[in-house]
Amino acid sequence: MKETIKVDQVQVVLGGKAVLEDITFSVSSGELTGIIGPNGAGKTTLLRTMLGLVPIRKGQLEVFGVPVSRLKLVRPRIGYMPQRKSFERRFPLSASDVVAGGLLTPETLLRPVSAKNEKIKKALQFVAMERYHNQPFQDLSGGEQQRILLARSLVRQPELLLLDEPNAGLDFPAQQSFTELIQSLKRERNLTVLLVSHDLMSIASAADKLVCINRTMHIHGHPADVLQSPSLDEAYRCQFDLISTFDKGGSRS
Amino acid sequence: MIEIFEYGFMQRALLAALLVGTLCSTISFFVVLKRLSFLGAGISHTALGGIALGLITGVDPIFSGSVFAVGTAMSTGYISRIGKISEDTIIGIYYAAGMALGIALISSFKGYYPELFALLFGNILSVTVHDLIFMALAMVIITVFVIIFFKELLMICFDEEMAEAGGLPVVVIYMGLLAAMGLTVMVSIQLVGVVLVAALVVIPGAIAYRLSKNFRGMLFLSIVFGLAGSFGGLLISYYYPVPPGAAIVLVLAVIFALAMVARPLIDKYQAKQTGVNNR
Repeated sequence: MKETIKVDQVQVVLGGKAVLEDITFSVSSGELTGIIGPNGAGKTTLLRTMLGLVPIRKGQLEVFGVPVSRLKLVRPRIGYMPQRKSFERRFPLSASDVVAGGLLTPETLLRPVSAKNEKIKKALQFVAMERYHNQPFQDLSGGEQQRILLARSLVRQPELLLLDEPNAGLDFPAQQSFTELIQSLKRERNLTVLLVSHDLMSIASAADKLVCINRTMHIHGHPADVLQSPSLDEAYRCQFDLISTFDKGGSRS
Repeated sequence: MIEIFEYGFMQRALLAALLVGTLCSTISFFVVLKRLSFLGAGISHTALGGIALGLITGVDPIFSGSVFAVGTAMSTGYISRIGKISEDTIIGIYYAAGMALGIALISSFKGYYPELFALLFGNILSVTVHDLIFMALAMVIITVFVIIFFKELLMICFDEEMAEAGGLPVVVIYMGLLAAMGLTVMVSIQLVGVVLVAALVVIPGAIAYRLSKNFRGMLFLSIVFGLAGSFGGLLISYYYPVPPGAAIVLVLAVIFALAMVARPLIDKYQAKQTGVNNR
């Protein structure tokens, strides 16, 4: 399988402090890879380096075979969904307006982008939210808002989707339904998905691979192998007994 | 009532109210959405330092105040991005330092500066043709900027992280917004003065935010209430012995209080209508 993301000995320094050190892994096309680690492990920073929002000090990072320094060449092929805390929930936008935001690029500067664009309609269909297109975003539930934000990241029909804690703040049924939606999108649209999460069990059952970091690389591999590994305990600095609730097939027992 | 249009000073004041009311309420839309309310107060108080410097050195105080106002707004945005200092901390420092500079300069020079008191508390009735030209010029520049970058500004206010990830020149556009805010504050100082100007770039947007759930409606209402406050305050000050600046801010504050009460009633009414339609 073709490599969509290649991270090789990457070091990131912020404010004179190394926040990521010697990170190495790759993501193949069509895979759903989960990035796990404790709070402050650098998961979001890692995702942001892949978008060119945080510079790398050492190492190499390639997305679709292009070095991250020349990311603008492949940016339209990447969809991104930041953490929910990054926006104001009572903002006066309709669902379609929010999705239209995903179409804004340097190329659309000085050009009109209509909220009635066909791509917006399609993106809302992908996440089964087309009937909410005119609804004020602030009137939607947390789970519905997440679907609209997912539609925004899908509006340019990307091949790679980067999701930062998409389940945070959702109740269990909403989390489950959102994870199922991601899995079905991945299958139907052959998307490569990189998903940051602190919820180990939910991500382990959904992902094809897990990458565990805590400032440095701890382990990368099949979820069952990662969950069994002592490296996981090391990364979280505590002892887990997760494998008893997770079989090698990737389902909960 | 028609007699108020017969006086030249009232004609100029009404025109100034129209220009500043429209400008402030447009900027207020972004100020409320981007949560920059405190920045308005910071800019106006820093501008006092620039105004005092201009008066003492013989430079046009509107020009020197504008340089200070725009400089404060842009450097606040820049420092908060490069340093690890939050915007409200920087504003707090600028606010006090600008005011202190103004007080120090004014008190160290002997003389009487009537313009200074007009700028401190505003005097829309003393607006000159030169002032109107400055206001109109500022309005043209800011309106063109807002029209060109409206969708990007909206995106930056909603989700800056996503705007950056999309490759938009976020820093440049945001700095443009801050510069526009600085210029708007300086233009409005002539109307309501340093002390009250922050209200003009906050209240119209806050009223509209309370009443509208879509940005088009919010922008429209912000302009409507901005103009209502400016004209309403001006009329009150014509008929009653209340300074125009204070009257404008008080009218806006009353409208805001009414909006606070109206929102739950509107929600109740809409819920009732939805219930009727679903039956």
